[in-house]
Amino acid sequence: MAEPQHTIHEKKDEPRAAAGEFEPKIIGFLCNWCSYAGADLCGVSRYQYPTNVRPVRVMCSTRISPHLVLDIFKAGADGILLGGCHLNDCHYISGNFYTEKRVRLMLKLLEDAGVDPKRLRLEWVSASEGEKFSKVVTEFTETIRNLGPNQVKKDAALRSKIAAADEASDTFRLRALVGKELGLEKTGNVYGNKLEQTELEKLIDIATKEEFERSLILELSKDKARSVKELGKIMEVPTDRVLRHIVVLRQKNMLSMDHPEGFTPTYKTIIIGGEQ
Amino acid sequence: MTMAETKKTDPNEKPRIGVYVCHCGSNIGGFVDVPSVAEYAKTLPDVVYATDNLYTCAEDGLTSIREGIRKHNLNRVVVASCTPRTHAPLFQTTCESAGLNKYLFTFVNIREHCSWVHMKEKEKATLKARDLIKMGVARARLLMPQEEEKVDVEPTGLVIGGGVSGMTAALSLADMGFPVHLVEKEGELGGFVRNLNNLYVTEKSATETIKPLIEKVKASKNVKLHLNSQVKSVEGFIGNYDVVMASKGAEDIKTKVGTIVVATGALEFVPEGLYGYNQYPNIVTLTEFEILCKKKSLPSLKNVAFIQCVGSRGQKVSYCSRICCNVAIKNAINIVDNYENMLGLAEKNGTIIDTVPVEKKVPDEILERRRRRRGRERGEEGEAEEVKLGPSEKIEVTVFNRDVMAYGVEHELTYNKAREHRVKFVRYTPENPPKVFMEGNQLMVSYFHETLKLDRSMPVDMVVLSTPMVPQLDTREMSQMLKVPQGQDGWFLEAHVKLRPVDFATDGIYVCGTCKGPADITEAATQAAAAASRAAIPMAKGYVQAEALTSVVDDIKCSGCGTCIQVCPYGAMRKNDKGLAETIVAACKGCGCCGATCPEMAITMTNYTDAQLLAEAKATLEEV
Ligand SMILES: Cc1cc2nc3c(=O)[nH]c(=O)nc-3n(C[C@H](O)[C@H](O)[C@H](O)COP(=O)(O)OP(=O)(O)OC[C@H]3O[C@@H](n4cnc5c(N)ncnc54)[C@H](O)[C@@H]3O)c2cc1C
Ligand code: SF4
Ligand code: SF4
Repeated sequence: MAEPQHTIHEKKDEPRAAAGEFEPKIIGFLCNWCSYAGADLCGVSRYQYPTNVRPVRVMCSTRISPHLVLDIFKAGADGILLGGCHLNDCHYISGNFYTEKRVRLMLKLLEDAGVDPKRLRLEWVSASEGEKFSKVVTEFTETIRNLGPNQVKKDAALRSKIAAADEASDTFRLRALVGKELGLEKTGNVYGNKLEQTELEKLIDIATKEEFERSLILELSKDKARSVKELGKIMEVPTDRVLRHIVVLRQKNMLSMDHPEGFTPTYKTIIIGGEQ
Repeated sequence: MTMAETKKTDPNEKPRIGVYVCHCGSNIGGFVDVPSVAEYAKTLPDVVYATDNLYTCAEDGLTSIREGIRKHNLNRVVVASCTPRTHAPLFQTTCESAGLNKYLFTFVNIREHCSWVHMKEKEKATLKARDLIKMGVARARLLMPQEEEKVDVEPTGLVIGGGVSGMTAALSLADMGFPVHLVEKEGELGGFVRNLNNLYVTEKSATETIKPLIEKVKASKNVKLHLNSQVKSVEGFIGNYDVVMASKGAEDIKTKVGTIVVATGALEFVPEGLYGYNQYPNIVTLTEFEILCKKKSLPSLKNVAFIQCVGSRGQKVSYCSRICCNVAIKNAINIVDNYENMLGLAEKNGTIIDTVPVEKKVPDEILERRRRRRGRERGEEGEAEEVKLGPSEKIEVTVFNRDVMAYGVEHELTYNKAREHRVKFVRYTPENPPKVFMEGNQLMVSYFHETLKLDRSMPVDMVVLSTPMVPQLDTREMSQMLKVPQGQDGWFLEAHVKLRPVDFATDGIYVCGTCKGPADITEAATQAAAAASRAAIPMAKGYVQAEALTSVVDDIKCSGCGTCIQVCPYGAMRKNDKGLAETIVAACKGCGCCGATCPEMAITMTNYTDAQLLAEAKATLEEV
């Protein structure tokens, strides 16, 4: 006798769009030459897929800065799909190599912010891969459906963290590092020393963490002056580390200090005039 | 149609948006509730007019756009229909003809990206279409009119590569009256064809075939020939390329050209380590075989085996090399018909083989027998008559193939001819390819007979390996120098495989011949003529208009760090006299790499600003 197989069949025919079911909102940045064209071909070939992705056309995936992605997550998107040409097949020769580097930073920052990195997906879809496009969208929609809604609008702590990640992504340091990453790997620094990819990545990861924490301090101290201890607790970061960040931020004139006699000093974000 | 005077759109004027939702017959209308979507569009901010059209791209649809712009004083137009990749130019021109700057137009794709992919859920598809239009409107509100910069074009061409393609392109341009520099790295014109014996389809001598072309190029007053030369550097952009050419033993030549045609050809894949190549005697590639024939230095042969698809179609390279079946068939017929002429021993006063005798008289009864055999082979399997293999009085030629790609009218005829001329075609599967080995002093080929389902072997005197064409070794450097892309297999990549097959994505540079993939002479020459006429367009016009899709540097924010110059794939960023970055508008392709990179956030992308992209994306996230 065959084994009963009910577990496999059980869920299969449940109507997907049952009342009140979560319908993910997904933004799909598609590059004009490959993935947008692939999506066009998908349409021409009538491959069906769920209705959740909202495509936004850009010329090249390289256009998508981490800021765009994080800002859109901050605005409540449940998922973001980035579509580009296959490596070595970019309409703009090398654009997608930069995309790869930026996506790495985005994923790191999402992780820091407590957003499941699975909510961001980078896919190479060529103009001839119509069917692949439908598969990617179907799969990704399912992934996001399983992850559930982005809680940013309901969860204030998450909101500050995503905002901090967004700010961090636009700092000079991270943008400069990621911008130069590929060049440093390929041709080396001004002294001609090539850097190992893993070494560079380590460097960037450390910088990312620091910039994220600093941005989070600024974010948390926007509306309310806070002490080192308080910040350390909210951020779950040791106080000596918080203090080090504060020193840097004070040097950059981004934090003001209030130190009433006999009380612990508190810090508040300087809104006007700062390089924010 | 006369050009309407362009209405000056004041960028600060409050947006007045018109939305045109297309049914595309039933293509959209059948799966999306179009009228309700148009009604919905009327509720969106700044939308003053919305309607639905049966076919927006038909004349009455276009008229309704023009009328809308006039009647409702629209200063932004949104069309929700098919794909901008094919239809944007049409609607943009329509807007312009009604006096609206074409950059104030936005496209929303509700066909390829909606109705066609959600054919079974009209309600959800309708909701998505509404959302997509909401996003388009949000983008339209932030659009700004743009001016396109005019760039003068130097009316001189550069053609790189002096094979059939390069010569054809250079001559076409020269005949149109443009001076052309033709750069060939070898000391002679002719390219790969110089290796070949005779050419398929015509069966004429290769040398004789291209002789008139070479002579015309040499005689042309407009062609400046640079033999033994290479292009050392190319700087600039369409209309204004500064080129440095280096010739052996001479000083570098600097010159300015307006457009460039790339025709650098291809190489033959060397089957090192495959089928005993370079390991056993008498194993040659197709090209080597052609050279032997041409030089009349074939050894004495009785049994020849061709092995097709060596290294191609998923082996060393992914593609089918397109020409090798026909080249092998050509050579197979040559051997059977004209073997004595190519034999080293039977040299005939050095005369070249001009034509291959058309039909060698084959006794009728033999023909009849073969016809019957073919009928059986086509019919049921296992029935095929045992073919006698092994040394015989005549030459036996066997072509081991995966499939015979003798496409089109002529090649099918040649294939039939080969069969008439006793050439045997034996199929193999990629899992079970023939094997080449030595048995004592005898070269052998063993194979699995797919029809008989039997392992067989046969002695051979020569094995010819049909290997694919592969890109030139310096393709990567060329692509970097010219800033043009390569495809996955390393070939040069055209801008659009269907619509712009001889353009590069980089304006002003064109491509033809085997440097973009395997092709025969007919195809290479056709592409070359096409590339030349494409290259002539900007030169004949004298100027080009650069699309206003570029980066713009804010020199208050820019610190002159130079990162953008480093990342730009087109060399479209330079430093100005203040040491700050500046876009070379004619060279910039608007990819946005610099914009996403600049650490000072000093770069804005025209028509794809952060604000526009964010507004578009966020529109769908707002609570309804
Ligand atoms: C074995 C074989 C048999 C064939 N038989 C036939 C046949 O029977 N019939 C047929 O129609 N076709 C045949 N072909 C195909 C034919 O050879 C090609 O279609 C043709 O050569 C393509 O011409 P092309 O000008 O594009 O390239 P090529 O002929 O390869 O010419 C390219 C030229 O560019 C030059 N060059 C390369 N790089 C540079 C550089 N960086 N700077 C300056 N110059 C450069 C090269 O020296 C060369 O002269 C055959 C091909 C092979 C391999
Ligand atoms: S990257 Fe930005 S700051 Fe640096 S030179 Fe370019 S525009 Fe100026
Ligand atoms: S957008 Fe920037 S990186 Fe891209 S081509 Fe223009 S200048 Fe170069």
